[in-house]
Amino acid sequence: MATLRDIKRKIDAVKKTSQITKAMNMVAAAKLRGAQQNMERFNPYAVKFTEVIRRLAAGVEEVGSYALLARREEVKKIEVVLITADRGLCGSFNNNLITMAEKFIQAKQAEGLEVSITAIGRKGGDYFRRRRYDVRKRLTGLLNKPNYDDASSLGLELVEMFENGAVDEVYVVYPSFVSMVKQLPTLVNILPIVPEVEEEGEAGRREYLFEPSHEELLTDLLPNYVHIQLLGYFYQSAVGEHAARMAAMENATSNCKELVKSLTLTYNKARQAGITKELMDIVGGAEALK
Amino acid sequence: MADKILLEIVTPERKVLSEMVDIVVAPGEEGEFGVLPNHIPFLSKLKVGELRFRVGAGTRYVAIMGGYAEVLPDHVTVLATAAEEATEIDIIRAKAARERAERRLAEARDRFEFAVAQAALQRAMARLRIAEKR
Repeated sequence: MATLRDIKRKIDAVKKTSQITKAMNMVAAAKLRGAQQNMERFNPYAVKFTEVIRRLAAGVEEVGSYALLARREEVKKIEVVLITADRGLCGSFNNNLITMAEKFIQAKQAEGLEVSITAIGRKGGDYFRRRRYDVRKRLTGLLNKPNYDDASSLGLELVEMFENGAVDEVYVVYPSFVSMVKQLPTLVNILPIVPEVEEEGEAGRREYLFEPSHEELLTDLLPNYVHIQLLGYFYQSAVGEHAARMAAMENATSNCKELVKSLTLTYNKARQAGITKELMDIVGGAEALK
Repeated sequence: MADKILLEIVTPERKVLSEMVDIVVAPGEEGEFGVLPNHIPFLSKLKVGELRFRVGAGTRYVAIMGGYAEVLPDHVTVLATAAEEATEIDIIRAKAARERAERRLAEARDRFEFAVAQAALQRAMARLRIAEKR
């Protein structure tokens, strides 16, 4: 049986762990607030941009004249952009994303397609590199402060690869932000661009003047649309990561508390047993002297 | 009839401005254009430059780092890569950016580098020019 001192030591250790998890929980909460603000500030822009794109795309009759809109008939190579966190200790957050990406990649490989990966975040990159997947590019530290420059440089690169035929389709796996306690791993096809079709509202059918021409504007806007989407995913991932970590750490802290409780009980029982034993000895000794 | 239009300027980082104004003049790629209430629907690319608008008697200036503008009869939405009102511009930073861009321009080895430096210079110059109007 564990001695009193062993138990005591264990209690102290668990208490220390809980201090750490508590601290991590609070750090995550603070970062979450920042990330959420960023996401909210970005939203009006994204919403508006999507609206404009839709309006422009609705007027397009010949999809074929826009390289970024045209779906390739024969798909040989695809690129998967996987967004994960750089660090762990955030529950099943990274794992869910990785599982989703791996399933998708294996399915595509089974169809005979070549798949390469752009890994954003250390965790996903590590996982796929260890398993000898073709990790074309690794980016880390992006989610600390998602910004337009990072999104547009990655976006440009993807668009270029798509345009010169290095890849035929580009997908992104990212944690879609559902609520504070739920992040849903989501797979989207960002290239070729599939603009959501607008319902025939009164705004949709309005006649616009374009400057420069409709074609030039759309050609100019489409790559930017990719950047904006990527940036949106970055923001959501950052929020998701912190929310997941916060929840995980909160769980850990409450588990620690419970453990301390049960250990303390064991400790007290052991102590009481020791005292009783000593008392018995004394009483037994006194009895023998009579 | 509405005699004012809603001007909204948004960037990926934040909402810069949302106000009812009398007139907006924006730096369209094919020349500056002015927007009064009840303009016909219009969509334009914007270049790096100055956007100004008037509310009552006062005119205010915003530095726009390129983007797009959508004009509807009752509002103007500007989607800018970055935008700052004249009073918000960080002059020291803009000056540093100008010097850096000039240096790069002088050292540029190919057309691509040259274009990047030139764009950076344009942005810095636009910021400085507009900052003077605060």
